[in-house]
Amino acid sequence: MWKWLHSYADPQRAYNLSGTLLPWFATLAIAFIGVGSVWGLLFAPVDYQQGDSYRIIFIHVPAASMSMSAYMAMATSAFIGLVWQIKSADWAAAAIAPIGAVVTFIALITGAAWGKPMWGTWWVWDARLTSELVLLFLYLGVISLYASFEDKVLAARAAGILAIVGVINIPIIKYSVEWWNSLHQPATIKITEKSSMAPEMLYPLLINIFGFGLMIGAITLVRFRAEILARNGMRPWVRELAKAEGVK
Amino acid sequence: MNKGISFTQAFYTLLKRDLQIAIRHKGDIFNPLLFFILVVTLFPLGIGPEPQVLSRVAPGIIWVAALLASMLSLERLFKADFVDGSLEQMLLSPQPLSLMVLAKVLAHWILTGVPLILVAPLLAVLLHLEDNSYGALMATLALGTPVLSLLGAIGVALTVGLRKGGVLLSLLILPLYIPVLIFATSAIDAAGLNLPYSGHLAIIGAMLVGSLILAPFAIGASLRVSTN
Amino acid sequence: MVEEKTATTLVSADSLTCIREERILFDELSFHIQAGEIVQIEGPNGAGKTSLLRILAGLSRPYAGETRYKGEDITRCRDEYNDDLLYLGHLAGVKSELTAEENLNFNLRISGYDDFNTNDILAKVNLSGFEEALAGHLSAGQHRRTALARLWHTNCKVWLLDEPFTAIDKKGVEELEHLFLRHAENGGCVIMTTHQDMGIIGDDILRKIRLDYRFI
Repeated sequence: MWKWLHSYADPQRAYNLSGTLLPWFATLAIAFIGVGSVWGLLFAPVDYQQGDSYRIIFIHVPAASMSMSAYMAMATSAFIGLVWQIKSADWAAAAIAPIGAVVTFIALITGAAWGKPMWGTWWVWDARLTSELVLLFLYLGVISLYASFEDKVLAARAAGILAIVGVINIPIIKYSVEWWNSLHQPATIKITEKSSMAPEMLYPLLINIFGFGLMIGAITLVRFRAEILARNGMRPWVRELAKAEGVK
Repeated sequence: MNKGISFTQAFYTLLKRDLQIAIRHKGDIFNPLLFFILVVTLFPLGIGPEPQVLSRVAPGIIWVAALLASMLSLERLFKADFVDGSLEQMLLSPQPLSLMVLAKVLAHWILTGVPLILVAPLLAVLLHLEDNSYGALMATLALGTPVLSLLGAIGVALTVGLRKGGVLLSLLILPLYIPVLIFATSAIDAAGLNLPYSGHLAIIGAMLVGSLILAPFAIGASLRVSTN
Repeated sequence: MVEEKTATTLVSADSLTCIREERILFDELSFHIQAGEIVQIEGPNGAGKTSLLRILAGLSRPYAGETRYKGEDITRCRDEYNDDLLYLGHLAGVKSELTAEENLNFNLRISGYDDFNTNDILAKVNLSGFEEALAGHLSAGQHRRTALARLWHTNCKVWLLDEPFTAIDKKGVEELEHLFLRHAENGGCVIMTTHQDMGIIGDDILRKIRLDYRFI
């Protein structure tokens, strides 16, 4: 049933396929993020409660929602790598990790920047912020585990196992943090109830969410291709490629 | 020559060997325990000696210290076996790997988790823990420390082949410890207020069952990567 | 791919490729090992002898290719293979905190045996009188013998031995060679690495697989 997958496990085919996909992802990502950001930051109406400061959601929400999706994507490809023993899938997982970490970090920073005018403080132990912080730790764990192994083929497998363990734990962590937060919620902080969003705000937001997804896809493809080349440096096809590019 | 060892016998053989080695190497048992006691002693010195403040933060202090002690002691779980080649023999033995991993984790918990549970009430006295909370403290430690050992063993198995695994280990496993910490401390808090806490215990129990079932496979897979 | 001679083939390598630290140790390596064969893997240091043994044991995963046991990929029949495999690496799992007897007892039980007399077996490797000595206090040769003692009580067909003669004296080497010959006659196979010359197992019996250091 999954036999078709194996033909893409061959590094050279995976390299070529991702090369074909890359321009599509890159172009669409630039188009979507361009349209979404310009629309959101310049033309969307001002929020009657929060003024212009709400506009950070056009970056914050896409980053936050993609931070989780990137982790899922990483864990899925790690799972494929583990079960069907496909090295390319392990490498794809390793390629996603730093991107996911950066997106999570962006979500945290923009969240803090949004919190300052809204709550009067940079950081609150809000359930969502806390889960996002833990997610960042999980990403950093995967990245540093990968970095610690000298043999990168093993590194990718080890990081893959950790990603899978993490993905089982994420719902438990998220649930427990939310529950903990409801116990300890300080009274002074009120998170603004987001009533149903006006479509003029919602559309640019959705466009930016798609754009972020495509951007992550594009950067993943670039990193994945680099990973394949690095792992197969001694293979004839990589050497020919290097010769064609005029290296040495 | 017949191969007549059942899975249970293999389990006990490994358990017995690990206990035997630890008894001849007593530092492995006492050092994490001393660490646990010392960390707890530092907090009143840092926060101040007021009984009200201490009793408010006591559950958190004891549990955070328990997390750290468990993590530190775990570091040696597979190290010696990795260095002298026993780990390879374990991976190549005809017995199921997850069973043997479980025996090792159990031995480790008996040696480090149980003493920690036994000494915890003593430290609770030093921190003026609410009188009602002692039962909850013991119960959460009894259910929670095996979860810590099982989850931690995954991180240890992933880093056992690395020369410098110590700091990395904390980054890998402390985030996974968060749910145990949250439910254990709030169970103790609830007990202090005379509220029922059986729900918290049930959730920690569920985590224990879940990690008992899943962790051995993750540990086994990780060991296969580490010995590669 | 070579036609399988399934009736007697115990272990076969099918186009194994091993890459360590970006260096190809061996590429597309294939061979079959029959019951009754004694095989020496030879080559200079760093050529990948230990890596090959570990791949054959299933401890390391090759970069490409597979190891087969009686024609089946070992990752698919790990339990059967482990049941028929005796692997002794450089370090063969002797605990210095345990006595020679406890070590042997543990190693045999974890391999599944429950009908043995440790004293008899230790006598065969000249460790009589050292049963109660902690392995950490034994000499290098005695330490090694404690590990090798398992060879005298096993019904595994496939023996993978990494430098079995290290630290063993001349007489001990001869005893081991006799043991290997007996094992081969009984339908087993021995695959080993060693830099030592063997006196009893002559070149007519010994099959050699050569690995060369590759500068890539």
